Amino acid sequence: MEAGVRVAPHADSFSRYTPGWRIVYDEPEGIDPEVNMADESKSRINLKEDQHLLELEPATESLSLAERAAKAMLSRRSFLSGLGAASLVAGAAPLAMAEPASAPAAMQEAPAALLSTTINGKKYDLAGLEPRVTLLDLVRERLYLTGTKKGCDHGQCGACTVHVNGRRVNSCLTLAVMTAGKEVTTIEGIGQPDNLHPMQAAFIEHDGYQCGYCTSGQIMSAVALVKEPIGPTDQDVKEGMAGNICRCGAYPNIVAAVQQVRGHAVNS
Amino acid sequence: MQNFTYTQPLSVDKAVGSSGKFIAGGTTLVDLMKLGVETPAALVDVTALPLDQVEVLPNGGLRIGAMVRNSDLANHPEVQKNYAVLSQALLSGASPQLRNMATTGGNLLQRTRCPYFRDPSSGACNKRNPGTGCAAIEGHHRTMAILGTSEHCIATHPSDMCVAMTALEAMIFIEGPKGKRSVAIGDFYKLPGDTPHIENVLEPGDLITHVELPPAPGKNQVYLKLRDRASYEFALASAAIVAKVEGGHIRSVRVAMGGVGTRPWRAHEAEALLTGKPATAEHFKIAAEAALKSAKTHPENSFKVELARRGVVRALKMATA
Repeated sequence: MEAGVRVAPHADSFSRYTPGWRIVYDEPEGIDPEVNMADESKSRINLKEDQHLLELEPATESLSLAERAAKAMLSRRSFLSGLGAASLVAGAAPLAMAEPASAPAAMQEAPAALLSTTINGKKYDLAGLEPRVTLLDLVRERLYLTGTKKGCDHGQCGACTVHVNGRRVNSCLTLAVMTAGKEVTTIEGIGQPDNLHPMQAAFIEHDGYQCGYCTSGQIMSAVALVKEPIGPTDQDVKEGMAGNICRCGAYPNIVAAVQQVRGHAVNS
Repeated sequence: MQNFTYTQPLSVDKAVGSSGKFIAGGTTLVDLMKLGVETPAALVDVTALPLDQVEVLPNGGLRIGAMVRNSDLANHPEVQKNYAVLSQALLSGASPQLRNMATTGGNLLQRTRCPYFRDPSSGACNKRNPGTGCAAIEGHHRTMAILGTSEHCIATHPSDMCVAMTALEAMIFIEGPKGKRSVAIGDFYKLPGDTPHIENVLEPGDLITHVELPPAPGKNQVYLKLRDRASYEFALASAAIVAKVEGGHIRSVRVAMGGVGTRPWRAHEAEALLTGKPATAEHFKIAAEAALKSAKTHPENSFKVELARRGVVRALKMATA
């Protein structure tokens, strides 16, 4: 996917997400950051109702934290006012409480650097992002990094495994705002079709998948496992990979792939 | 997921003064928020607090910050050297990914896996919605507790870490609006009684800051976990043993059980029967009988009595071998 085309907030729709979220992008050479590519990409990608393009905007360092907070709050109010009366009855109390003074207070306390997160080497501004957005939904639904998969969405299958500061975690149970100041790596960040990570190559060589749905989670888990303090045997790999369920049952081939990358013979 | 406000205080004082629900690893809380069981209006992220260190105390004990992740604690050299039961318990819990997220303080507050508690569309749950009854007693209760239950709740405490910490007699350090205090883990959890929604002695605004382990009273340590599959599953029964064996005799022993109690379960009766006795299968069986003597079962979970007995016997054999 070309960099810099996932753009534009949806101020016109009161979605589940707060509009007004911006990306701080390190522009690849040859792309003019002044060009607003929102309309172009909108026309090229058929968006579903709950999908959003993000506005490409250079980092606005001049915007103070308080201003960012105010912007976020304003968005939240717009969101509330856009709801029908029936919706408000259902969720009145929590939503009313959700519009508070505490959010800006925290933003003021946190250093500016903590309001952005780095995903596959690119920095994204988190100000204005609704805190209920999980890291999984952020990368899939907002950034279109769809290599990371949603399986159970409850930390029971491992399909959503990504790295945060080099450690494997379940992105479905990670709130995106809690990755502020950290480095996130998804399957897109470890290799590409013409430049595979050794673990990706080993999965292909050993046929470590069938339907492929769990595979990116398996590979992200395996890449982290190699750096963890576990024993050399197949049994150690099985235990170390226990957090990734494979419905097709490709387990023996997955173990073989992981052992190859670790430099251990299978059945050791 | 219902929306909420999010704050990230950088000091314990600020955190304690915040109004809202604390979130650390999020492995329980975010899950329950997605299910609609937890609906906090405000979350206070405590992961930036300076509580992520493991320190050796002058007396040889260990001080564990509440934000130390389960994987870091399990692999800490001091824990592996002197508190093997804790390392084993941690590594038997959840998955590597979840252990990278889950914290020491959060694990102490892990919520039950009772399917009726986790599903708001299932009507009766006194823990989730006090006064509505307990659907598990008449419903599916194969995984439910057999010790410490009441007619209002039979939900199992799910943690492995807490079982090991119970055998190690951990002290839990708390800071709250009224100041600092510490509570022995044996006094921390409440039995369900007629208030199963009150699970521990924490009061509003209280924050667990760290846990202290006294010097381990013995090197003979084992955590044995029995479950439906070999990994990534909650215990049907587990046993934590911390013993000191000399000349084939048990000088001291602590026995705690998981998967069977409404809280991490200390088997004092078993310990009394074992202390001073030869470390033999015969004495282990007598002790295990005593540990399960007060068990109350329901049709689907009556197997747990024998499973837990055998688990205690086997864990004692492993620990004293």
